[in-house]
Formats: sequence, C-alpha cells, structure tokens
Amino acid sequence: MSAAEDLLSREPALRRRRTRGLGLPRPPPALAGGLAILLFALVLAIVPAWVAPYGPTTFDYRAILKPPTLVHPFGTDSFGRDILSRTIWAYRVDLQIALFGTLFPFVFGTLVGAVVGYAGGWTEIVFGRIVDAIVTFPFLVLVIAIVAVLGPGLINLYIAVSAVGWVFYARIVAAEVKVQRRLDYAAAARVMGYSTARIVLRHLLPNAMSSAIVYWMTDMALCILLGSSLGYLGLGAQPPTAEWGVLIADGKNYMNTAWWISIFPGFAIVTTGLGFSLLGDGLADLLRPRR
Amino acid sequence: MLNLGYVLRRILQMVPTLVFILVVTFLLVRLLPGDPLSAIAGDRVTDAEVASARAAYGLDQPILAQFLLYVRRVATGDLGRSIVVHAPVWTLVGQRLPPTLVLSGMAVLIGVGLAVPLAFASALRRGRPADIVIRAGAQVGLSMPVFYIGLVLLTVFAAHLRWFPVGGYGDSWLDRAYHLFLPALTLGVSLAAVLMRSLRSAIVDVIGAEYVDFARAKGLSTRVILLRHVLRNALISTLALLGPLVGTLLGGAVITESVFAIPGVGRLMIDSIYGRDYPVIQGLTLALAVTVSLTFLVTDLIQASLDPRVAR
Repeated sequence: MSAAEDLLSREPALRRRRTRGLGLPRPPPALAGGLAILLFALVLAIVPAWVAPYGPTTFDYRAILKPPTLVHPFGTDSFGRDILSRTIWAYRVDLQIALFGTLFPFVFGTLVGAVVGYAGGWTEIVFGRIVDAIVTFPFLVLVIAIVAVLGPGLINLYIAVSAVGWVFYARIVAAEVKVQRRLDYAAAARVMGYSTARIVLRHLLPNAMSSAIVYWMTDMALCILLGSSLGYLGLGAQPPTAEWGVLIADGKNYMNTAWWISIFPGFAIVTTGLGFSLLGDGLADLLRPRR
Repeated sequence: MLNLGYVLRRILQMVPTLVFILVVTFLLVRLLPGDPLSAIAGDRVTDAEVASARAAYGLDQPILAQFLLYVRRVATGDLGRSIVVHAPVWTLVGQRLPPTLVLSGMAVLIGVGLAVPLAFASALRRGRPADIVIRAGAQVGLSMPVFYIGLVLLTVFAAHLRWFPVGGYGDSWLDRAYHLFLPALTLGVSLAAVLMRSLRSAIVDVIGAEYVDFARAKGLSTRVILLRHVLRNALISTLALLGPLVGTLLGGAVITESVFAIPGVGRLMIDSIYGRDYPVIQGLTLALAVTVSLTFLVTDLIQASLDPRVAR
C-alpha cells in the first residue's frame, strides 16, 4: 500500500462505514423515536384508505359539526366530513410538501456548495454576496410574494420554496467542503491523479454532506410548517384538498362551538414536525464526528 | 471600540444586497402572465390612463431601461400606487407599520423574557428532569405553526375565558397593548423556542470556560457570575441570530395579523394578494427586505462592538 493509498483509506466516511459494519451500535433514542413517528406517518401517507374510516371528502348531512364520538373520533366539520379521516388523508399531501419542497434545494444546493467550496477564490466571494442577498429577504414574505404572483397552489409553492431554499444547503456544504479539501486524504486523492470531479463527488462530498442531511430533516419540518401556513392563508393547497393548514382554516370560524375541527389536525403537524426534528438530532449524533 | 474599516466594509456589503432586492422586486411583477401594465395600473382603466402609465413606467422601452426607471423611482421614494385603494404605497405602509412594530416589539420582549430564565434553568440543570421538560417544550414549540398557537390561545383566552379581545387594534396605548397581548404571546412563544435552544447551548459552552472558573475562584457570588460573565457572553452568540430572527418575526407577523385581524403590514400583504394589488405587494416586499437587511447591518455592528474578534 502506497503512502497516498494509506492516507486515502483514512477518509472519515470510509472509516465510519467500516466500524459500522463490525458491530451495529444501538441507535440513539432520538433517532429511534423520530424513525418510529415518521414510519407511522409514512404508512398513513401511502395507504390512507386502509386506515381512515371514511374518504377525505365523504360528507354526511346527518352528522354536521358533531363533537368527537366513537363513530367520528375527531368529530365532523360543517359539511359533515370526518375530521379523523381528513387528517389521515392529509398525511399524503403534507409529506409530499415536505419532500417536494426540499428535494430540489437539497440536491442543487449541495452541488453548488461542493463546487463553491472546492473552487474557493472569486467563486466563493461572489457566492457569499448572493447568499447574503437572498438571506436578507424575509423567507416567508418572499415565498408569499412569489406565490402571490404565480397564483396559489402546491406547484407554485414548490417553485417559490425551491428558488430560495437551496442557498442554505449550499452554504452548509461549501463551508464543510472547504474544511475537507485541506485534509490529508484529499491531498492524497490529488496525488493519486484522480479527476477533480471524482475527488469532489466521490471523496469530499460524502464527508461533507452530514450537516446538509441533518439540515434536510429540519428543513422538511419547516417546509410542513410553511406549507400548512400557506394552506391556512388560502395560498397553498386549495380546498377541499385535505391538507392540515386547510383543515385548520376550515375550523377557524367554529372555534367557539366546534373546536375539534381545528385542534386535531394541529396534533398531526406537531407530531410529524417532532418526528423530523428527532430524526435530525439523532442523525446529527450519529453522523457528526465528536469534537 | 468599533473598527472604522470594518464598518465601511460592512456598509459596502449592503450594495449588492440592495441591488439584488431591487432586481427581485422588479422581476416579481414581470413574472405575471400577460401585460405587466394590467398588474401596475389595474384592469378598469381608461385608454388615457393606460397611455400615461405606459409612459411613466417606460413599458415601451427595453427591459433594462425599465429597470433603471424603477430604480430611479424607488430612489426618490416612489414605491408605486395601490390599484385598489388608490393611495401611494408609502402612505399605506406608513399607516400599517405602527401595529406591526408594536406587535413585534412586544413579541421580542415576551420571547426574551421567556427564553432567558428557561435557558438558565435548563443549562444549569443539564440532564435533569427540569432540563428535559424545558427542552421538550421548546421542541414542541418549534414544531407548532404560528397560526395554530394563535388559534389555540384565541379560543382559550379570548373566546372561552373572555380575558382578552378576539382581535383588532385598540385606540389608546394601553388598549393597544391589551389588544396585542395574545398576538404578541403567540409570536413570542415561537420566538422563545428558537432563542431558548441557542441560548442554552451558549450558556453550557460559557459555563465551562476558564474565566468562569476564575471568577468562581475569586469568590464572586453565583448571581454575579451568571449575570455579568455567563449571560453577557452567551448573549453575544445569540445576538447573531437576531438578524435572521427579524425576518422570521416579520413572516410570523404576516400570519399572526391574519389570525387576530390586526391592521398591520402583514395583514396589508395578505389583503393585497387577495385583491391582486401588485404594486402594494411589490412595494411591501421591497420595504420589508430593506428593513431586514438594515437589521442585519445593525446586529452585525452591535456584535462587532461587543466582540472585537468579529471585526477581523
């Protein structure tokens, strides 16, 4: 084994892969809790019809604004729709918002961050100014303004969030790649004559991505908050779509007489958000090297 | 003391930011499908009004000339006119800003008032039940959308207990504080959750520092150590959060003002969207973005004056 190969084998991600293969460490409780909550959410999102007692828009004239009972555990709304069923069907829509609202920012931001972090110099200075400028916009105000212009709806929500969200990933990854670039294994990879693309994509990125992955989890929780906020304001998913923000908005005029319409869907938002946060915390413990 | 070179450098850094804000707000209205004129002047206009608006906004000229015209208008303080209420955007912003400022100010007071004691309680009892309960509470607070917190508070304290009004904005200052208490609590709670987490970890870091051991060795009382040494240094790192938090706060104000029917800029934003009042949307976005970038500048300068290492 040459000296360069030896150094290359000390790459953090590689070392982690090996040690994990030997003895599986017990997952931290945060990780297990987060995974359990999200697995539950995922099942509800994939097969809501198996779990929900009624359809998302099935209405019953004889059961309008009924408080929680055994027949309707979360009560019914002003159209006689079952709140439990609508809350369950909404998992599909809101998890979709979490995924589609963050997928492009994650992929694109990570790539931009890798390029900027590796290139340094002028690229980094220009990038820094762009980041400063975008970060200055109050995020929600900018997203609302974009959605206002493009029109309400989920597709436009994804466009608005993606246009802004990638910056945060790029910033995280650029900072991390900059650190990794100076480590011995990166120098070794250069000595071995690997192409820049191979060094960045195969060696630096895997080691620089853990913070971005942790942030991705937080971002999905934030995206659900944002999506439901826009749904509540009438700018996101449109009624009668079952989306948590829309469900809560449905009940806002009945808070005094039929509190259950708005209160129960909120539980779904909070638990799902907690699931992503716990998963993020757990992953942070698992992925980040102890300092 | 503040290093003059740093101050100048930091102010110069504002230039690209301001240019970017101008480009985005300019393009915002051009993104609309169809003739931007209908977005700027409205649909119900006479031919003469169309012609004068076309000339005023340079819509017959190339896009770059239009942009320069836009920059010149903004520089002279002209943010456009509302096509719904037929008033200059500046006048509308001026009318709607005070409730938002009072609401945000009260929210910051409540947020800091909740976060500082909780962060201390949590950091000083690390790993014990109190710490776990406080951190779990903060986590739940972070996962709860602002409009949901608002609706719950509204239902419990305004609709059922009738301790507070269900919404609106009072006449006298005292009445306003009373009207804005629940909305400010709504925003303050979500703010406290963010602040608490960062302050707690800052306190945990600072408590382990050598100068704290030294202060203890000198025989200073715990109170003096906590307030003069720990809190002051922990606040410096939390201050860095303040700039981004103002953006969050404004976003939260948009939602809170809708929930509690407060006539602030956030409510104006939403009303303008429903009314397709694009000049107001454009002007407001510009005004809010500039406000936030100024806050960033101010917090950076304060931070640099507190911690000279920042102004390298």
